[in-house]
Amino acid sequence: MPVTLEIVSPAKLLLSREVDMVVVPSAEGDLAAQENHAPMIVLLRGGVITVYDGGKAGDQFFVAGGFAEITGDRCTVLADQAVPVAELSRDAARARLDDAEKGWENADKQDIAVRDAALDRLLSAREEVRLAG
Amino acid sequence: MPSLKSLRLRINSVKSTQKITSAMKMVAASKLRRAQLQAEAARPYAERMERMLGTLATSVTGSSAPKLLVGTGRDQIHLLLPVTADRGLAGAFNTNIGRLTRNIARRLEAEGKTVRIMPIGRKGRDYLRRELASRIGEDVSFAGRKSIGYADAEAIAQRIAAMVEAGEVDVVTVVYNRFHSVLSQIPTETRLVPAPVPETASVAAGGYVEVEPNEEEVLAKLLPQNLAVQVYRALLESAAGENGARMTAMDNATRNAGDMIKRLTLNYNRARQANITRELIEIISGAEAL
Repeated sequence: MPVTLEIVSPAKLLLSREVDMVVVPSAEGDLAAQENHAPMIVLLRGGVITVYDGGKAGDQFFVAGGFAEITGDRCTVLADQAVPVAELSRDAARARLDDAEKGWENADKQDIAVRDAALDRLLSAREEVRLAG
Repeated sequence: MPSLKSLRLRINSVKSTQKITSAMKMVAASKLRRAQLQAEAARPYAERMERMLGTLATSVTGSSAPKLLVGTGRDQIHLLLPVTADRGLAGAFNTNIGRLTRNIARRLEAEGKTVRIMPIGRKGRDYLRRELASRIGEDVSFAGRKSIGYADAEAIAQRIAAMVEAGEVDVVTVVYNRFHSVLSQIPTETRLVPAPVPETASVAAGGYVEVEPNEEEVLAKLLPQNLAVQVYRALLESAAGENGARMTAMDNATRNAGDMIKRLTLNYNRARQANITRELIEIISGAEAL
């Protein structure tokens, strides 16, 4: 039995279809959503969403962070930015990593909220660069 | 009776004006289509975010609730964000927003509140500067930009969030033209802070939803994002509305120019025939006199 997966970014609806299982990169570890999952709202870290159909891993999407809402029959991902892994551009990822590193250098480490935000951006950018190869 | 030459010059000048207005109409029409597509593409995110916020907001109450959600607890300083275009020639589009903002500001001040204005778009700033200059702080303008991106909305949202967190403002309202149809844009005011919480039925049976890591952390991320989405929506609606309004205005202008050309051409032909008749009379009476 399928779950309806939706991946939305502020600019557009990226994907909306039924899948057997989807693994989302939650802030506290990867999380798989299948049908009849307990309702959850989770924070996402920068990472990969993997779609499973018929027991095999299919499409992969990179998200730079965001939220996911999981219920018994659907999984809605609100991504800050979402790109199919195959379409990641190495140069863009590099540029983002440089930005994030600079942001981390200049961040006020005493302020926990600022520090965490900068750290999240940095880790997300590193992941993107790793995936872009 | 104006001379033939001056009539000819006027006809030509109105004709070139008509060419310009009809070209502007075409440009606005194609921009409108793009703006409409962009606005439609942004809708799903906003809808789902609203649903999520509705689920979360019910579970957070009390003093720990974030300021963006419940406000600062006061109702004294109001921040208005009038969203207008950077260019004119769009009928009453910009003036409507200016007038509505002015009315809101007057009403709030009559109630003894303090009003601050952060105009988005150059036309609104220019309009409001005439009467409410002392309330205007910084302003935002996208003049010379081809299109508005989500990042722009995010930047504005960050500034608003910082002001709310610092306690500089208590209530934030955006005033923009809602795109109703190509012919009509409705000036609308929407409250951004405190966040209007949508009434949604909870998704889970029994209303229990697990939140990871915890409500506070998710809300701390979700609320600024929601603010940015609301600003983004206002910007996109306004952009679509602007092009719709300009298209209508330019269509009218083109038609008016057409009418004017018709009238002038009629005058021109009458004057020409009168001239010919007069010359004929002169020749004939000259011949008779001999």
